[in-house]
Order: sequence, then C-alpha cells, then structure tokens
Amino acid sequence: MITTALYLTIGMVTLAALLNVYRLIKGPDEPDRVLAIDTLNINAIALIILLGITLGTRMYLESALLIAVMGFVSTVAMAKYLKRGSVIE
Amino acid sequence: MSPFAEYAISALLLFGGVFTLIGAIGLARLPDFYTRLHGPTKATTVGVGAIMLSSVIYFSAIGEEIGISEILITVFLLMTAPVSANILAKAAMHIGVQTVKNTQGKPWEQ
Repeated sequence: MITTALYLTIGMVTLAALLNVYRLIKGPDEPDRVLAIDTLNINAIALIILLGITLGTRMYLESALLIAVMGFVSTVAMAKYLKRGSVIE
Repeated sequence: MSPFAEYAISALLLFGGVFTLIGAIGLARLPDFYTRLHGPTKATTVGVGAIMLSSVIYFSAIGEEIGISEILITVFLLMTAPVSANILAKAAMHIGVQTVKNTQGKPWEQ
C-alpha cells in the first residue's frame, strides 16, 4: 500500500513541478519567475524525500537541507536585487 | 511494520502530494502576482511538512533511529516560507506589478 501511495505522490509532485515550469516560462513579471523558482526548490526537496523513502535510505536528506538553505538565500537575494537594484549595498 | 503505521504513512503521503499539487495549480492559474503568492506558501508548509512527517514515521517504523535532518528541514521551511513570501511581495509592490482590475485601493502609492 505504501508503494502505491508513494508512486501516486511522486506523480503529483512531478506534475506540480511541471506547472511551476509553465509559470517560470510564461510569467509576465520578474517576481513571478522568482516565485516559480522558489516553488521548484520546494518541489525538489519533496522529491528528494520521496526518493529517500523509495530507496529506504536516509543518505539524501542532507542534500535536501542544502537545497532548502540555498533556495532561501537565493530567493532573498533576487528579491532584494529587484527591490533595490543591488544585493549588497 | 504494523498496519497502523502503513495507513498513517500512506495517508500523509497522499495528503502532502495533493497539497503540493493544489499549490502548483494555484501558481499556474490565478490571475495576478499577489494572488499567485498565496498558493505556494501552503504547498511549502503543509505539503512538504506532511511528506516529511511520513518520512519520519517510515524510518522509525522500519527500525532506524530518528534523525535530526527531517526536523531541521521542517523547522527551516516553516520559518523561511513567510519571510520569502513577504520580501517577494515587497519587491513586487516596489516595481509596481499590475493587479487585477477590481482590486480595491493601492496602499503603496501614498
């Protein structure tokens, strides 16, 4: 039963990532694209956790933590660049 | 593995997946940026939180010890999702992103 639920969840998260890529390509303004990349980071974290459950190992969780930290830092840097015109003043 | 743990893991996985998909549909379908900002924050907090909780239950049910990585990722995502949404909304207000037509008031033009 876990296997079926796992495959269904992987399918749903992959479909969510495809919808985010659609918004990333189409998005009329710059904040839309930054938001789409931020959501893609979140979906990558979810997919890494699902991969860990599928393979029965816990080795990949550190990479999920790294993606979380770097995604937050890059989102804040892009938003600050859009707002001020420079990242570090 | 006990059947209760199997039911809990499957239900949490499906709940998290449905929430992530709903957040992405909201990001793709809603009309302007300020409404689009609403969807992915729910996907971040509830969706990834539920998937992470199912991972914790799974690895403790098959006999491994509880690691600190899942809890760290969950706490970090719960803390940073509102911050990034807020700072993105501020940036969008600063560069004047278009709203939908029947938005009432423009508080950033005072």
